Amino acid sequence: MTDSASTFTDQTSSDDGTVDMMVNMGPQHPATHGVFRMQLRVDGEMVKDLIPHIGYLHRGSEKLCEYELYSQIITLFDRLDYISNFNNELVIVSAVEKLMDVEAPPRAELIRMILCELNRIASHMLFYGTFAIDMGAITPVLYNFRDREKIQSLFESVSGARMMHNYFRVGGLKQDVNDDFSSRVLTLCDELEKGIDETDRLLTSNEIFVERTSGIGVISGEDALDWGLSGPVLRASGVPYDVRVDEPYSRYDEMDFGVPVGSAGDSWNRFYLRILEARESISIIRQSIALLEPGDTMAQIRRIARPPAGEAYAHCENPRGDLGVYIVSDGGERPYRLKVRPPSFCNLQALKDLTVGHYIADAVVILGTLDIVLGEVDR
Amino acid sequence: MSFTDILLAFAGILGMFIALSVGVLSLTWLERKTLARIQQRAGPSVVGPHGLLQPVADAIKLTTKEDIIPAYADKLLFWMAPVFVAIPAFMIWLAIPFGDGIAVRVLDLGLLYLVAISGIGVVGLLMGGWASSSRYSMLGGLRAAAQLVSYEIPIVIVILSIAALVQSLSLDAVISGNTITVGDSIRDLPGQGTIPFAFIMPMGLVIFVIAGLAELGRTPFDIHHAESEVVGGPFVEYSGAHWAVFFLAEYLNTFVISALIVVLFFGGWSWPSPPESLFGNDLSNTTTNVLGGVWFMLKTYFVATLIFWVRATYPRLRIDQLMSFAWKALIPLSFGNLVLVAVVLFYDWPLWVMPAVSVPVLIFVATFVQRTRGARGRPQTVRILRRSAGEIGLPVPDLANRTPAGVINQVSGEGQAGD
Repeated sequence: MTDSASTFTDQTSSDDGTVDMMVNMGPQHPATHGVFRMQLRVDGEMVKDLIPHIGYLHRGSEKLCEYELYSQIITLFDRLDYISNFNNELVIVSAVEKLMDVEAPPRAELIRMILCELNRIASHMLFYGTFAIDMGAITPVLYNFRDREKIQSLFESVSGARMMHNYFRVGGLKQDVNDDFSSRVLTLCDELEKGIDETDRLLTSNEIFVERTSGIGVISGEDALDWGLSGPVLRASGVPYDVRVDEPYSRYDEMDFGVPVGSAGDSWNRFYLRILEARESISIIRQSIALLEPGDTMAQIRRIARPPAGEAYAHCENPRGDLGVYIVSDGGERPYRLKVRPPSFCNLQALKDLTVGHYIADAVVILGTLDIVLGEVDR
Repeated sequence: MSFTDILLAFAGILGMFIALSVGVLSLTWLERKTLARIQQRAGPSVVGPHGLLQPVADAIKLTTKEDIIPAYADKLLFWMAPVFVAIPAFMIWLAIPFGDGIAVRVLDLGLLYLVAISGIGVVGLLMGGWASSSRYSMLGGLRAAAQLVSYEIPIVIVILSIAALVQSLSLDAVISGNTITVGDSIRDLPGQGTIPFAFIMPMGLVIFVIAGLAELGRTPFDIHHAESEVVGGPFVEYSGAHWAVFFLAEYLNTFVISALIVVLFFGGWSWPSPPESLFGNDLSNTTTNVLGGVWFMLKTYFVATLIFWVRATYPRLRIDQLMSFAWKALIPLSFGNLVLVAVVLFYDWPLWVMPAVSVPVLIFVATFVQRTRGARGRPQTVRILRRSAGEIGLPVPDLANRTPAGVINQVSGEGQAGD
C-alpha cells in the first residue's frame, strides 16, 4: 500500500496541463459497503488512477485461530464473511474433518448443504439490493431484505441465531433440525422464487440499469484467472469454474444443477449471473429436501477435536467465490497455523484494472459487482 | 403606488410564503408515505396521526441543530448559497395562477418570468458546491451546473411551443386557451371545458416531464446529489438550518414543476367540464375560485406523487448518459415539436394534426431506443452449464499450464456489447 499522505495530492496531468483531482472515497462512504477506502485520481469525472486502502476491519482472525480450540474457531469464521456465515462454517469444518479423516453423517451433510444454499440466496439478495442502491434505485433493497429476513428466521429456528450461527460442528451439526424444517424450507423456496423474479423483472432489463452496467468493468477470462478471481466474478468472464462441480464436496455430486456462465465479463453479466445462481440454489435445496432422511447428525468423535499432526486444505464455493482454508496441525488441540484464502480479497485486487478509464459513478458500480465483504477482506 | 397597494403586496407575499411552507411540509410527508407504501414500509407514523406532524418535528430539529461551517469554506458564499437557491424557488410562485386571474401577481409575461427565474437556482448550487471546499460538493456543483443548464433548453423550447400555440406569454391564457383562434380548435368542443394541452401536444408533455425531473435533480437524474457517488453533492457540508433551506428549495421546486405540468398541460384550475354542471348553477364567483384552487392543488399533488413514484422505481443515469440524452434526444425532439407547432399554425391546420404526428413519433423513438439500447440480447451472453446435459466435470483451469484458447473463445464472441 502506498502511503496515503504522499499520494493525496493533486497532480498535474501530463497531456493537457490541467490538474487532476484526488477524491477520497471511504472508509465512511455510502457506496464502499463497509470500511473500504479508495482514492481516485480523477480528470473531471474520469477515473485515471485508483488506490485501494484496506485493513480498517482487521481483527487478526487468522492469528486468533491459533489460540482457539477447533470448535471455537467456527465462531471466528462466522465473522469473516458475515453475510454468508454457514458457507464459512462449512469450509473450516470440512478442513478439520479432512485433517482428522472423519466424515459427517449423510443427513448432516444434506442439512449443511441446504443451509449453505439458503445462505447463498440470502447473500445474493443482499447483493441485488445494495447494488441497486449503488445505482440510485432505493426500492429493491427493501424487497430483498424482506425475503432475506425470512431466510434468517429459518436460520434462527435451526441454530438459534439469525446471523452468527455457530451451528456446524467438526463431524456434524450442533443439533438436529426441527420437525417442520422440510416443510418450512419448501414454502420458503416458493416465496424466494417469487422474490427473485421480482428483482429480475424490476432491474435486469430496465433500460437505465442496462445502460449503467453493460460494458462497464469488463475483464477477460484470462485476466480474471491471472488476478485469481473466483465465484460469479470469474464465471461472468466465461471461465466455468465452480468448486461445487469441479471438486464436489458435501453431497453436491448427487445434485443436478446448472452453473451459469457469462461471456461478456461486464457488470451486467456479474449481476445477472447471481440472479440465475440463486434460482439454481433453489433447485439444489428442493432436491436435497427430497433426499432428506432421518438419521444421525453427529459423527462419533471426541468432544475436543485433536487432529493428528499434518496439514489440510479445504475449499468451498462461497457466494463470493472460492473460499479456502489451509490448516497446519502439530497434533495439538489448536491449529499451529491457519490461512484463509478469502474470495473477496482476491476479487478486490482487480478493482483498479476494472475501474481506470471509467467514470466515478462506474467505480461505484464496479465495486458493487465485486460484492466484497470487508470482514473477509481485512480478516 | 399607494400605501395600501404596498401593504396588499406584502400581505400576498407573506401569505404565499406561509402557504408554500405548509405545502412543502405536506409534500415531504407525502413523499415519505408514498415511498413507504411502494417499499412495503409504514413510513412516518409516530408524530401525530399517520405521522402528519413528522415534517414539523423535522423542521424544529433542523432549525435548532448546530450550523457547522467547514474551516476552509468560503464563508460568505457558503452562507449565501442556500438563499440563492431558495429565493428563486419562492419567486416562481408569484406568477402561478391558482384560479381565474388569482395569483400573487398576474403577469402578462408569466411564461417568460418562469423561465427567467428558474435559471437562477443553479447559481446557488454552484456557489454551495464551490464554497464548501469539499471535493464531493465541487463535483456535485459542477454536475448540477452541467445538468441544469442542459435541461433548461428543452424546457424553454416546450414552453415556447405552448406560447406559440396560445399566442400569448400569459399563464392565464395558457389555461383558459381562449386566445386560440387558429384552425378548427378541438379545444372548444360544445358543452365541454377546454381540452388540456396534454392531448394536443403529447410530445411536449413527455419532454417537459423528463426535463422537469432533470431540472429537479430527481431520480433518475439525481446525479448532482447522488448519495452513492458524491454523497449529497453541493449539500454535503451543510447542516442545520442552512441544509433545511436547501431542502425547502428542493421541495419547492418539485412543487413548482408539478404545478407547471398542471398549468401548462392539464389546464391548471380549469375543470374538465364547468363546475356549474357539477355543483349547480348558483355558485358564487368565490366558490368557483375556491373549487378551482382545490382542483389545481389536487392535480399538482397527483403529479408530485407520480414524481415520487418514479423516484422509487428507477436507478440513476450516469453524467455522460444524462448529457447525451439531453443533447441528442430531448433537444432535437423539442425543436421538432416547436417546428410542428409552427407548421400547424402557419398552414392553419386543425390542432388534431399535432397529436396525430407526435404520438407515432414518440412510439417510434421509444421502440427504437428499446430495440437498440435495451437488454435485448443481453441474456444470451449467459448460458447455464449442466451436469445432466453431459457437461459433467467442468474444465478446471490449469493455472500453471493453461491454454488460453478455450478461455478466449468463451470470452470473445457475442457479448462485447454495451458501448
